[in-house]
Amino acid sequence: MQSLRTRLFAILLITTGLLWLSATVWIFLSTRAEVERVLDARLMEAARMVNSLIVSPDMMKEEGDGDGEAGRPPQSAIKIPLLEHPHYDRQLSCQIWSLDGTLIGKSDSAPDMTLAPHATGFSETVINGETWRVFAVENASLGVRVLVGDNLRIRDRLVNDLVKGLLLPALLIIPLLAVLIWLSVGRGLAPLRKLAGDLAAREASDLHAIEDAGTTREISPVLKSLNGLFARVAGAREREQNFIAFAAHELRTPLAGLKTQAQVALASNDGEIREKALGQIVAGVDRTGKLVRQLLDIASVEASESARPAAGFDVGEILANLRTEPVGQAYRVDVVIDGAMSGLRISMDQDLFRLAARNLLENAIHHSPPGATVWCRTARREQHLVIAFDDEGPGIPEEEMPRVTERFFRGRFKAAAGSGLGLSIVERALDRAGAELELRNREGGGLSARIVLPLSLVEAAARPQN
Amino acid sequence: MRVLIVEDDDILRDGLKVGLALAGFTTDAVGTCDAAVTALAANGFDAVVLDLMLPDGSGLDILRDIRARQNDVPVLLLTARDTVRDRVAGLDTGADDYLGKPFDLDEVAARLRALSRRSSGRARAALEWSTLKLDPARQSVEQAGKPVQLSRREYSILHTLMSHPGVIFSKTKLEDKLYGWQEEIESNAVEVHIHHLRNKLGPGLIETIRGIGYRLGGAG
Repeated sequence: MQSLRTRLFAILLITTGLLWLSATVWIFLSTRAEVERVLDARLMEAARMVNSLIVSPDMMKEEGDGDGEAGRPPQSAIKIPLLEHPHYDRQLSCQIWSLDGTLIGKSDSAPDMTLAPHATGFSETVINGETWRVFAVENASLGVRVLVGDNLRIRDRLVNDLVKGLLLPALLIIPLLAVLIWLSVGRGLAPLRKLAGDLAAREASDLHAIEDAGTTREISPVLKSLNGLFARVAGAREREQNFIAFAAHELRTPLAGLKTQAQVALASNDGEIREKALGQIVAGVDRTGKLVRQLLDIASVEASESARPAAGFDVGEILANLRTEPVGQAYRVDVVIDGAMSGLRISMDQDLFRLAARNLLENAIHHSPPGATVWCRTARREQHLVIAFDDEGPGIPEEEMPRVTERFFRGRFKAAAGSGLGLSIVERALDRAGAELELRNREGGGLSARIVLPLSLVEAAARPQN
Repeated sequence: MRVLIVEDDDILRDGLKVGLALAGFTTDAVGTCDAAVTALAANGFDAVVLDLMLPDGSGLDILRDIRARQNDVPVLLLTARDTVRDRVAGLDTGADDYLGKPFDLDEVAARLRALSRRSSGRARAALEWSTLKLDPARQSVEQAGKPVQLSRREYSILHTLMSHPGVIFSKTKLEDKLYGWQEEIESNAVEVHIHHLRNKLGPGLIETIRGIGYRLGGAG
């Protein structure tokens, strides 16, 4: 795993180093240009100075006469005043040539060959493998030419010494800079390290929010989203625990009832009590059987993650079948199916629709008082088809409405045979099939539970005209 | 011994009501928090069997309410949630005992007897008075080592009087202990049962305190 500290350290060190390097290159180039400019100026000045020193043609003549032969270095060559320095010794060399090509005089360091072939101005010449920078002045009145030259090797040494003087402190400073960068980065990352430490020290089950006070602006968003995540996980865990508690209650209570009734039947000598207890056991087994069926329904709805290919079917036929199932028989409740249902064909997952319709019909029947009627009606509403199951029961208290589709939620007016799973199953099944569940208390009392599906699911030929 | 059963499941509630009656308790049963609070306000119960999850609230709320009213009636919690945390929460709210569903009817009865015993400051299971011995677990009565046959009502009256020796019980209070709400109280029933008890156990056992009620007599 890459360390943030090492990464920052490397980035800062490389960028700082590159900055230093380019600054040094820049200083090197500008220094060299400046040094050359200064030295050129000195060359020019020296040449003019020598030229002005040769004031008398006689002197030249005398010298020339005294030496007789041209091209031979004169013994008493004119002393050219030069700055003496042990390190840059003999930096300047000077030659004085007659215009007809005779060496009249030269300084000690000057080579015997001519420094420059040209008449006047700057030039560069290679003599014995060494490069010279030369300035020439022609004195026509005296018939001489003065050449003053610089050895470039010495010039370069001067520039190099200057740059070395700049680089040395830099080389000493860079390791120091590295140490400082390392420490500063470490210090700068302290809030992050603290957060990491806090997180590492937590137990897996600890979902409390991390203290936001005193943190930095950069870490604050991380903390916020972490705390948000913690809150969501805690919420999910609470819902799960509630679900487990409800499930435990709904599964264990019927068992406790069965066992108690069985023990009553065993303990009693009274035939009437025993018979009643056995009757309760039968009812309890029916109810537990329904609970098991609904749990399996939930599992199958959950398992059909991708809705199966829709197939067209007749709604009226399915409802008529459901009405004849034994569930409705014992309750002395009339189920009236709207005539418009027959021939109404919709196209969706038939099993899911059947599951939803059965649970809604059962709910309506179980919540109806004896002798009441349950109506199955259909109507068109804008771009939707509504299939409603209207009962004459107590309805759902408004404050319970938002919770009735929670699993195992059983409201104040629960049916004896209910498990709190029915509406949850209906909602999920309809959601899978592309439809919706709508619950409304009816004005005259009772509940209207509606399956609302988009008209696109209704087969064209069978669309009700409304 | 009169017990209030608070349980929302019809079949279980009925089972407890009938089953505990068979075990010698006078039982009343309700299915909601509201009904339980109303019933408990009457204050005639020796113990409460309380389910935690009720349709209109939690049994713990009822428990809190009972204790807040300085009502010390023993409470046995019944619940499907029986993790340690749930049990601790229940006991700390003021419950006296705890049973996880599904439970054994005999165990519920035994625990109720134990709760009643402890709430009246006794540790021994059997009640004794003079030469008389009453065993609530077997609903049996012995006098000087010889078993005595009593009817259910007679047994209940004797049990009530022996649970609180020296305390005077009015006729109404005895009727409360004897009959659930749905049962019709025959007039003079208490007098008739006491008359029978005196016949079976000797005339000095139950004293009549004129104008007030009855208590155990003939100090043992």
